[in-house]
Amino acid sequence: MAEPNHWRRFTTIWIVASLVATPLVVLLLGPILPPGNGSEQASGHVTDNTVLLAMATPVLLLVVLYLIYAVIVFRQPKGGVLEGPAVRGNPRLQTVWIVVTSLLVLSLAAYGTVRLEEDGAGAGGGPSPLVVPSGHKLQVQVIAQQWAFTYRFPEYGGVEVPHLELPVDQMVELHVTSLDVIHSFWSYQLGVKADANPGVDNIAFVKPTKQQTFEVRCSELCGIWHGQMFDHGHVVSREAFATWIAEQQKKYAAATKVLQPYRHAYVPEPTRRAE
Amino acid sequence: MSTTTESQSHPAPVRKSLLRRLVGFNLLTAVVLGVGGYYLGWFIGHEITGKSFEFQSKIDENDVALLLAYLFGVVGFLIGLGFANYPVSRLLGRPASLREKEDEGIGRYFGLCTDHKVVGIQYLVGIGVFFFVGGLNAMLIRTELLHDVPTTVGPNQYLSLVGMHGTMMMGMMTSGILGPFANYFVPLMIGARRMAFPRIEALTFWLLMAAGFILTSTIFFGGFPTGWTGYEPLNDQAVIGMDSYIIFFALVGISMCLLGLNMLATIVTMRAPGLTWSRLPIFVWAVLATSVLMVLAAPTLVATLSMAALDRTINTTFFVPGGGGSPFLFENLFWFFGHPEVYILALPGFGIVLELLPVFTRKPLWGYRLAVSGMLGVTLLSFFVWQHHLFVSGINADLRPFYMLSTEIISVPTGFIFLCVMGTLWKARTTFSVPMLFCLAWAFNFLLGGLSGVFLSDVPSDTDTHGSFFVMAHFHYTIMGGLIFTFFAAIYYWVPKMTGLRFNERLSKWHFWLMFISFNSTFLPLFVLGMKGMPRRVSSYAPNLHGLNVWVSISAFVLGFSMLIFLANVVWSLVVVRLPALANPWRSKSLEWQLPTPVPVNNFEQIPVIDSDPYDYGTPLGIAGGGIEPAAAGT
Repeated sequence: MAEPNHWRRFTTIWIVASLVATPLVVLLLGPILPPGNGSEQASGHVTDNTVLLAMATPVLLLVVLYLIYAVIVFRQPKGGVLEGPAVRGNPRLQTVWIVVTSLLVLSLAAYGTVRLEEDGAGAGGGPSPLVVPSGHKLQVQVIAQQWAFTYRFPEYGGVEVPHLELPVDQMVELHVTSLDVIHSFWSYQLGVKADANPGVDNIAFVKPTKQQTFEVRCSELCGIWHGQMFDHGHVVSREAFATWIAEQQKKYAAATKVLQPYRHAYVPEPTRRAE
Repeated sequence: MSTTTESQSHPAPVRKSLLRRLVGFNLLTAVVLGVGGYYLGWFIGHEITGKSFEFQSKIDENDVALLLAYLFGVVGFLIGLGFANYPVSRLLGRPASLREKEDEGIGRYFGLCTDHKVVGIQYLVGIGVFFFVGGLNAMLIRTELLHDVPTTVGPNQYLSLVGMHGTMMMGMMTSGILGPFANYFVPLMIGARRMAFPRIEALTFWLLMAAGFILTSTIFFGGFPTGWTGYEPLNDQAVIGMDSYIIFFALVGISMCLLGLNMLATIVTMRAPGLTWSRLPIFVWAVLATSVLMVLAAPTLVATLSMAALDRTINTTFFVPGGGGSPFLFENLFWFFGHPEVYILALPGFGIVLELLPVFTRKPLWGYRLAVSGMLGVTLLSFFVWQHHLFVSGINADLRPFYMLSTEIISVPTGFIFLCVMGTLWKARTTFSVPMLFCLAWAFNFLLGGLSGVFLSDVPSDTDTHGSFFVMAHFHYTIMGGLIFTFFAAIYYWVPKMTGLRFNERLSKWHFWLMFISFNSTFLPLFVLGMKGMPRRVSSYAPNLHGLNVWVSISAFVLGFSMLIFLANVVWSLVVVRLPALANPWRSKSLEWQLPTPVPVNNFEQIPVIDSDPYDYGTPLGIAGGGIEPAAAGT
């Protein structure tokens, strides 16, 4: 029996499989990818994750299908001692591979950079982010300590509250900092993550678009109750937020007076174990 | 060449009296001096901090005492093994033995021995033991995660287990392939009679054993809460169990650096005549690349941990923000070591796969130069990507596009390796022996690890996945799927050469299939858990993730069970049945398989002259060629 044209056969299998699988992945898997549409940033992440998955699918199929093909077709007959062809390379194929993979990763990096610099992507961007969204931004300071988050609102007399509520469709400027060790402020539904470093003001932007309950978790190991350092927050209407923050100001009026004045970071005392 | 002029003759074994053997420099003396040094250090530490002598059964908070105890203990241990004999003899002008214990029987495995083949087997067993300790920690971690609130071991023990598992695996397994297989086979593959620095070679092994023991001892001192990354200022805040971590990683760093240096010197200077760079076995190239990383990355780790130790003892504030220090400094320094570290784990795996494929496919290695440039490219680039671990940390935020670019570019040289694997499989005559199965599993696992890495390298996507179980799944696919699978490939491929015994085929295949299936069944769901918002290193999690976590835990137990099958295979095949292996069961043309088993102490009667690379398959010459001829007279 004549040797089939493996090259043509495999390429056909791969191209067909990619043409079928990639749209399926985008259409079926795309909508359920994290973290949902809780904010502009979260929706952006869904788009990014879908794009990356769509680009990864043909690559995954190329290698996996090739491995399966090779395992099935290129076998040593049972008990055989046959030698394969003594081919040591294919300069043209190698060049094509290098060019294609380089273009692929360069386009990925360019895409990621553009998406990051659009709105900061909900990631902690340090004390002076390169890109600052225009318009009014609600200032919220996230203060992490072992093992809870509290929130200060400098525009509302610097009141500090134990749970977070945010108005919908309002750009929020989060100033994340810590009083002791490194924590990380992670709101899954809002697509925000920013490390809380002692003495550092780490700024992230988020614009919630959906009224819902969201999770707040610490995502940087911070000691024994790291796993228990979570809370729920709410995205509410602007009116409900105005009512809520007025209530909080009244409720914590006495505490606000004795709080440290609002600053972007609070440098902790050196902690020492043995004196 | 210096190796060829070395004397062939061997002094006859000297029988020592029982007393001489007991009080000589051996493991017993080492343990005695190690324990003695430990208590001496403990005592001095308490004296200089103005506290009275207390026994180690009582946990107190004296970091100075514990750090000194560990350091004195290690020095005592090494002196007891006999590492001081040679330098002291040389200092006193006395004649010193160039070789240690190379002629003794089974005893040479239990002490300082300068035979690279003995050190290789010491490494394999020693690292294997700590690999199982680390694996046991993983089993306990998964037991705790059967419940969504801490029940079984509690949050404090849980963090200690997480820290010990991560640190043990990342520390000990850095030498997982280089320790046993590079030490044993690099000299054989390059036609040398020994390593460049045999005494340093032994030192790297015994340092690692001392380190592993010290890390395990952290359970007596309250454990440490930081995981393997040891981030400040949590590090500074932790109880004295943290000091075990510091000393462990510092010793591992020293061991790695010396191991890399020794490999570099050996490969550069001791190749047989005719073994040009373009004929070097690809595994040796991988060892060379890994060694470069080890030599350049490990010193940063040692320096960083020294600073952390100073912070904990004499109240410096390198990393303490209240005193003007910066936790960012620690993160930067740690990952400057930490990212090359993960390639130290991955590169030897590339080498094993590319070395074994030609043997089992009966084809020359496809794209040899591409594979070499891939490895060297990874080596170079791995020093320019470390801040991708800090994308959301707020450090150097404006540099994130650069690190995104460099991280994604590193997948280009990694892609070379995949192309070479695929090219070698093309129209091959593949035999699916157990080592080959592990190599194919590597291709699948590392592919998933690499592709998930693309999500992590993209800042917007990383915002979801950073610090979550997604990362955990990613690096288990690259490290366990990349390093441990090739580690087993190497064991099944080379242990028949090292021991002269063959593995039970059926148990080996059971081990492979159970390990491969349960590995994927454990770590694939972790991608989903991470994407559903489960952070790493937590002992409690959202109740809606409970079902998937139970599935993962059960798969992990099956994965653990597959390791027991491996252990049973080792005991059954190498201890109980002891069927002799064929001289060259895989019909390999590589130099090490042309030597008799067991390999003579001096390896080569005559240093061979090499006239081709060892991948001369697929030619009409058949298996007799091999590209190896005895050296002509006068070389």
